[in-house]
Amino acid sequence: MATRDAAGHGRPKLAVWKFASCDGCQLTLLNCEDDLIPLATMVEIAYFPEATRAVVEGPYDVSLVEGSVTTASDAERIHEIRRVSRRLITIGACATSGGIQALRNFADVAEYRSVVYAHPEYVKTLERSTPIAAHVTVDFELHGCPIDSRQLLEVLAAFVQDRRPRIPSYSVCAECKRRGAVCVAVAHGTPCLGPVTQAGCGALCPAYSRGCYGCFGPQDTPNTRSLADRLRVLGMHESQVMRFFRTFNAGAEPFRAESERHLGERPDIGRPDIEQHEEAAP
Amino acid sequence: MTHKLTQGDHVLQVDTLARVEGEGAMHVIVRDGLVADVELRIFEPPRFFEALLRGRAWTEPPDITARICGICPVAYQLSSCLAIEDACGVTVPEELRVLRRLLYCGEWIESHALHVYLLHAPDFLGYQGAVEMVADHGAVVEQGLRMKKAGNALMTLVGGRAVHPVNVRVGGFYRLPTAQELGSIRPMLERARDDAVGTVRLVAGFEFPDLVQPHEYVALRSPHGYPLESGSVVTSSGRAFEVADFGKHIVEEHVARSNALHAHLEGVDGRTSYVVGPLARYSLNHDQLGPLAREVARDAGLGQECRNPFQSIVVRAVELVHATDEALSIIDSWDGASAASVEVPPRAGIGHGATEAPRGMLYHRYELAEDGTILDATIVPPTSQNQPGIEADLRAFVQERLDLPREELVRQCEQAIRNYDPCISCATHFLDLTMEES
Repeated sequence: MATRDAAGHGRPKLAVWKFASCDGCQLTLLNCEDDLIPLATMVEIAYFPEATRAVVEGPYDVSLVEGSVTTASDAERIHEIRRVSRRLITIGACATSGGIQALRNFADVAEYRSVVYAHPEYVKTLERSTPIAAHVTVDFELHGCPIDSRQLLEVLAAFVQDRRPRIPSYSVCAECKRRGAVCVAVAHGTPCLGPVTQAGCGALCPAYSRGCYGCFGPQDTPNTRSLADRLRVLGMHESQVMRFFRTFNAGAEPFRAESERHLGERPDIGRPDIEQHEEAAP
Repeated sequence: MTHKLTQGDHVLQVDTLARVEGEGAMHVIVRDGLVADVELRIFEPPRFFEALLRGRAWTEPPDITARICGICPVAYQLSSCLAIEDACGVTVPEELRVLRRLLYCGEWIESHALHVYLLHAPDFLGYQGAVEMVADHGAVVEQGLRMKKAGNALMTLVGGRAVHPVNVRVGGFYRLPTAQELGSIRPMLERARDDAVGTVRLVAGFEFPDLVQPHEYVALRSPHGYPLESGSVVTSSGRAFEVADFGKHIVEEHVARSNALHAHLEGVDGRTSYVVGPLARYSLNHDQLGPLAREVARDAGLGQECRNPFQSIVVRAVELVHATDEALSIIDSWDGASAASVEVPPRAGIGHGATEAPRGMLYHRYELAEDGTILDATIVPPTSQNQPGIEADLRAFVQERLDLPREELVRQCEQAIRNYDPCISCATHFLDLTMEES
């Protein structure tokens, strides 16, 4: 699939793009320490500003996109990136579901702006944080907050070899059983999102004696309602269940919908003093 | 990166600053051959952490604020833990404080190795990036990657994973590592310590542009050694205050055309800029370095204070020696802990916490309701504190180099900015270069 010259030489060109994010998923690529130099011989790192100043002109064979769309200019930029990318893969929760910054989707962004900035008029932002697929066609979505490095290498290898990536869509529970970890929900009554969360982390949290907090987002057929009932039995309040589904994948549809069912005892998240901040005229 | 150069009005634009974490721009105004102003512009989109933390539970900031930065998540986790524990009137037992320090050593090793080798060394050796360096300096790049891997392995062992560790909680940890697990990482850390000593020798031989800056340095100082997971605040002009008084001494201003907030030190003579990070830490805590780190610093020609921002790469390397050395001694003396965490029952109140992120002091403040609901959150990351200092460096630096070809000037300015390892993702509250001449 590489952009080859007339003699058929040339490596596939890889580009890495950043939108609103923490850089952690890009860093996962740099964290493939043992595989980084071999990877650089397998693909041409054509655009990766976090790693190099060198820029190779597009089009690119594979674009990795980190981060969510939160500004008008980014909403335009993603279309330009799609145009110069043969394959476009989103990496991480921000690019795939809007990230933690999608909590604004449930709030008033003007209020958010005035909480953080003395001059909200200097700050340009959209009302909502949206995943890349809300804007352009995406060829593959890699889950995780952050993504897993082995899964990233598998996805890159698959696209170079022109095959589907072998990424499981079952739940963390399957990984937990395979790992032989004790079920923290059954054995200790610890609230756990493992049954509705996509595998990929290796059941990390249960192995550390804590419940899964859903950083890989929803698995393909999550029964969130049944799990929510169980969380209530384990002693969580409605507001806690709501917050449990509203973290790094709050914008993913199954998690968003389940969180909306638990708005009953909503905590007082607004304070009167927030309302006093009127948005200043530009 | 695009460079637009039009002869008439002398405007130079670089859209993306490479090899920094996050996105930003630099704007230089030159009048009659004199640098009139330098502005750093941050166009990393705001993510509103301080707002979205309102209404969350007091137990949530370690996981949520880790997502501010994938390169220094532990800094965010531990500053938030300290602030919340302070609000709730809890201090974690000594052995958990030491384990936090061990985890933090892992983050310093990973972050400093990344910056020294992959982000900053290519500037000094004349390459576009570390991948381009491999052909000529393969052993050097491998040394850097090996140390980075050791740092990540330590974070994975203590924290569960290298990016956004899962094992940190308010009150301590979810699970304690065993002495055997800690022992297993010893050979890797010993190699990393040797590599770190080699790094100091390597980078001390680089050529450093002549720049001495009279910055006010601000760092933590702690009775527990070189500042890392706790301490109170000291400055190079002799001020000292508790972290709880941070807001009385340091003010944040929102600067136009930027999504970052700038921090200043409040003084009797008005507001002054200041600098945090390796140079400040080193200059204010030289006596707290371990014997090996102090010895290699002396051999590298560093005094007790360092005022050339370009030598920050040498200080980072010295800190790599300290962090690997201290991690090894913590592992050797680890005798377990009675529990992985202590209870932190919520109460109404305000708490403050500050730790030394790889890029400098990171401050958190939380106001809690009686049931632990977060009413207000303030986070002051290192890069927003360093922004005025970076601009001051550039004003001095660019003035002496106005005759350079533009491409070369841009490259050197980027290098000067990278002295601060600016984490723009963190400081959205960084760089395409535009230059205006009249």
